Amino acid sequence: MRHLFLLTLGVAVFGCSQAAFSQQSGPANTDPTPAISNNLLGLPPVPVPANNPQTPAKIALGDKLFHDKRFSIDGTISCSSCHDAGKGFTDNLPVSVGHGGLTGTRNAPTVINAAFSKSQFWDGREPDLEGQSKQPFVNPVEAGLANHQPILDIVRSDPEYKAAFTEVFKVSGQQLIMDHVSKAIASFERSIVAGNSPFDRYYFKGDQTALTEQQQRGFQVFLAQGRCVSCHTIEQDHALFTDSRFYNIGVGINAIQQDVPRLAQAFLEAKARGGDVDQMVLTDKKSSELGRFAVTDGFNDLGAFKTPTLRNIALTAPYMHDGSLKTLKEVVTHYNNGGVTPVGAQVNAFLSGGIRPLNLTDAQINDLVAFMEALTSEQYAKSRPATGAQ
Amino acid sequence: MNSINHSRRNFLKTGGALALGSTLPVSLVELAFAEPSQNFTFAYISDAHIQHIKGNRFVRNWDRGLIRAVAEANLLTPKPDFVMFGGDLAQLGSQAELDHGAEIMSALSHKVHYVMGEHDYYLDLGAYWEKLFGPQYHSFDHKGVHFIVLNSIRTYDDWTYKRWPTAEQRMIEMAGLDNPNGSPFMVGEEQRKWLKADLDKVAVTTPIVVFSHSPLQKIYKGWNFWTEDAEQIQTLLKPFKKVSVIYGHVHQIQYNQIGNISFNSVMATAWPWPYPASYAQAEQYLPKLTVPMNRADPFFERDATGWQFINIANGNVDLNFTLYNNASRVVRFDNAKKHPEDKDYQPESTRIDPQRHY
Repeated sequence: MRHLFLLTLGVAVFGCSQAAFSQQSGPANTDPTPAISNNLLGLPPVPVPANNPQTPAKIALGDKLFHDKRFSIDGTISCSSCHDAGKGFTDNLPVSVGHGGLTGTRNAPTVINAAFSKSQFWDGREPDLEGQSKQPFVNPVEAGLANHQPILDIVRSDPEYKAAFTEVFKVSGQQLIMDHVSKAIASFERSIVAGNSPFDRYYFKGDQTALTEQQQRGFQVFLAQGRCVSCHTIEQDHALFTDSRFYNIGVGINAIQQDVPRLAQAFLEAKARGGDVDQMVLTDKKSSELGRFAVTDGFNDLGAFKTPTLRNIALTAPYMHDGSLKTLKEVVTHYNNGGVTPVGAQVNAFLSGGIRPLNLTDAQINDLVAFMEALTSEQYAKSRPATGAQ
Repeated sequence: MNSINHSRRNFLKTGGALALGSTLPVSLVELAFAEPSQNFTFAYISDAHIQHIKGNRFVRNWDRGLIRAVAEANLLTPKPDFVMFGGDLAQLGSQAELDHGAEIMSALSHKVHYVMGEHDYYLDLGAYWEKLFGPQYHSFDHKGVHFIVLNSIRTYDDWTYKRWPTAEQRMIEMAGLDNPNGSPFMVGEEQRKWLKADLDKVAVTTPIVVFSHSPLQKIYKGWNFWTEDAEQIQTLLKPFKKVSVIYGHVHQIQYNQIGNISFNSVMATAWPWPYPASYAQAEQYLPKLTVPMNRADPFFERDATGWQFINIANGNVDLNFTLYNNASRVVRFDNAKKHPEDKDYQPESTRIDPQRHY
């Protein structure tokens, strides 16, 4: 029964997302039997805002903008600098490096499947990709521009951009504004979606051979004693491996526990004076650790960060919002310790309720890591970097 | 946090330079008296139920709830004048539990006054608790308000002294709900005499705030949401213009007005109890004023627990509930209606299903 249902659904998903899907070069585009190697297997329909529909030309324009290094203060940084397709659309660094070698405070999240996120950035401070894609250009430790004007100057004068924006948005000159740029980038990012991992073939297609025995054991740990699935969710007909919520899991904030009263107050004062949250959290390591509190001012969100998807997680080491854990094994060990690294360190007062010691054995931890390695989409399986999970 | 956030934002928008140095829920601190130096707020943490397993192991959930309340109370700006703890620091009254609870509470950067709960009391009748926290009942004055702390969870002497072969069994019998071997709470004659003498020295215009563990009103006997001599206490408090009773024990938001006396409950940091109306195997008198809390989302282990800070506004109390993983609530004394009222949830039409189906 489930297989029949899933087969129907798989076709429906494919149909819905064809606009996004058809833009990707690669095997999917030319495969004569897409229902068999459906790269979206296990994903829900891609949510596309009504005011920014996907078109092939818009996605191509976004692709070009995404890779353009001219949109930075010294001509060295593009979106793809930190979201490199060859590194699972991350940079495989603990925290991203901007112009002049400046470092921020947070680990570059993958663009793959960011289209499904209900909010963007680790602290969810932007609701969508359109809002998100404007920020790094003008962040002092990323592309470093003072404002968006240099970008507009280029896209309004460069012949290729002029032609593309005219075709896609029917705008030119002064009518061409940053919203058009961000919409094109967002459309490109919405085309970077990938399911069809060994897990998807195992779970949604019933292919018992898709996972190794160790991975199947790891899946049981994922569902039961590891309690992973509580937040890294799997639905009946799809799996995003994230609930899009925010939790304090004892990363980052553990190091500033004694400072929280002072930092929280200082941050709110700076915000009240008109400070920009995006700049404050990326330029000050300690403020960064306040997490979503910086966005909501709520006690509940102290030290809380967004649940990331686990899809393609083996490609995107190092891990956590600050890149502080090098391997998936270190991540599982952190949870097994009840939200502290190393074991025995002081648990922070604002730790989310579900985080507690798991009493996993070393074998269970290894099984769980093996399971997470089965979440790599077929189309990225060949590009896994040496720095991936051990 | 919504209501707090909104109030704070509004304040910050209009506060300009004043906003500097005043961050967390400062805008909710209302003028208590004409003289600004007399404004004050205090935090209230209650019902932690620290539970010893063995050796140095304690139930993690209850530890975390109290640790979090303490850490959050330390973030209040401006700082509260003092902190109340509303009773049931321990689960079964042992020294290990009281010591462990006191250690967690010691992280508070404020003076703390403690109220006795039945889970603290019935093992050694408060002997060790008194060593840690002082007398079981007392009064103090602060910025023009007379505060009274009562031990409201005593019961008939016969039950306390003659009925049980061991102190441990006495403790466990009183800790149970719907227990036919239990006994109703009461303040008792000794404290009533002391209370009368204490009140005789206070002007009737002085605002009075009474702290008890059980409600000094009768709500539901099966769970000891009840104080046997409540009416006698209410009579002693009747001459005073402004009286507030704040109680723990019920692990839920309740409020009521009886004559001149406003009643408010405080939240537990440990776990939520259901409202008696949802259970009601025996007669219950949940105050009509009370708008129930919305039902806890079982996903969030700390939902429907929390703590509160309390503003003394014009001699009446306003309770600001900080509820983990839930919308914060404010129960204020309404000067026109002369009773406490929920700031947001009052109209029937605005209630949500989780409030109706607790």
